[in-house]
Amino acid sequence: MDEPAWRLRWRDRKHPRPSSEPPRFEDVVIPNLDAAYSLARWLVRDPVLAEDVVQDSVARGLSYFASFRGGDARAWLMRIVRNTAYTSLSARRKVRKEQESETLADGDEALSARDAAPDPEQALLRKEQAEQLEKALAMLPAELRECLILKEVEELSYKEIAQVTGIPIGTVMSRLWRARQALMHLVRSGESHD
Amino acid sequence: MTDPSCTEMHLLIQADVDGELEPADAARVAQHVERCPSCARLQADLSALSGRLRDEATRYNAPMQLRRAVLNQLPQRRRSWLSRPVLATGLSAGLAVAASLTIFAVLPRADTMPEWIVAAHIRALQPDHLVDVVSTEQHTVKPWFAGRLPFAPPVKDLSGLGFLLQGARLDSLPGSTAATLVYKRRQHLIDLFIWPTGENEPRGRSSGVREGYNFVRWQTGEMTFWAVSDLNMKELDEFASHWR
Repeated sequence: MDEPAWRLRWRDRKHPRPSSEPPRFEDVVIPNLDAAYSLARWLVRDPVLAEDVVQDSVARGLSYFASFRGGDARAWLMRIVRNTAYTSLSARRKVRKEQESETLADGDEALSARDAAPDPEQALLRKEQAEQLEKALAMLPAELRECLILKEVEELSYKEIAQVTGIPIGTVMSRLWRARQALMHLVRSGESHD
Repeated sequence: MTDPSCTEMHLLIQADVDGELEPADAARVAQHVERCPSCARLQADLSALSGRLRDEATRYNAPMQLRRAVLNQLPQRRRSWLSRPVLATGLSAGLAVAASLTIFAVLPRADTMPEWIVAAHIRALQPDHLVDVVSTEQHTVKPWFAGRLPFAPPVKDLSGLGFLLQGARLDSLPGSTAATLVYKRRQHLIDLFIWPTGENEPRGRSSGVREGYNFVRWQTGEMTFWAVSDLNMKELDEFASHWR
């Protein structure tokens, strides 16, 4: 059957349309902006650079969006953020070796963290636990940390993680496994499972 | 624990904890774990670790200046629309009503409903579109619907189960106006669309994914429910199970 005329008219309207046509770029970016920034923060570990990464990703996304053929728009955006983050990191490593923004990162974290507990004692405990966790995460090899962040913080599926990182699902599973084995001491002390 | 079959189970157990397994494989895992203490311990540890990461690993919010900068990067059309939210809301509501009439006349509902539902969810995630009444109280939300709808949607307090009520709004969808309840789990928003089941509507449960958002549809009594979220399917199913 030919496409009915009303459907063509639809496209000019500010209204949800059947996704046989891809979403608009802003509909992908705005709802996922926190997720994009969070991923950038975890990958580059610097709040200022993370903002640059997101802005660069939006610029790149805008120019690639015409070639986006539908499918998982969030995974598509995350892939751009991830690749831009690694490009920025390696560019910066070339420019300067040392990292002076650590203190800035620490101060800023408490401010931007979501769900801060209202009780100060609880907040302190929470902060200490989070620090222990972040330390352990920081010690992971980058390719393992990336998979774990995509899974547990961004809550992507295996399939989406494979799309974002460009590795097969089997590799996603084994990297998650290795990452988790390395972090098991956080929840128990004792024998390992392998 | 050195049993080779256990080694093979490890990735399966992990996939189960991650909510990635089909029911048949999940049943296999459950069966194995029941008679293997070592794997049971692994399952418990993986769940505990997953819980810690989800609860404690920082989720960063995009700072305001970044949000503004990104909005400036987007095409002009969007910005002018955003700067006139009141006009836009009225306009889109009008279009939505016109839209629902047109579409209903032409379309069999079942085919494109997931797309409409997901699109309505995405639209609601835009600034200032999420809720018309902000409340975490079911006793505030329920009366709010009275007088605005020809039916009385059920409203449940699921806060004890980790699904926090955020508020409610109305959505115009093809064929009917939906009562939409907004719940939150961690940082994930869940839209629950409710309307009286129409004569030609498909019955039973269905689920799927569109544009990265999971949805579940079911009927309870006279009502049709659609839940949509970027929450993983396992937890969205859990959410749905509290309504069925």
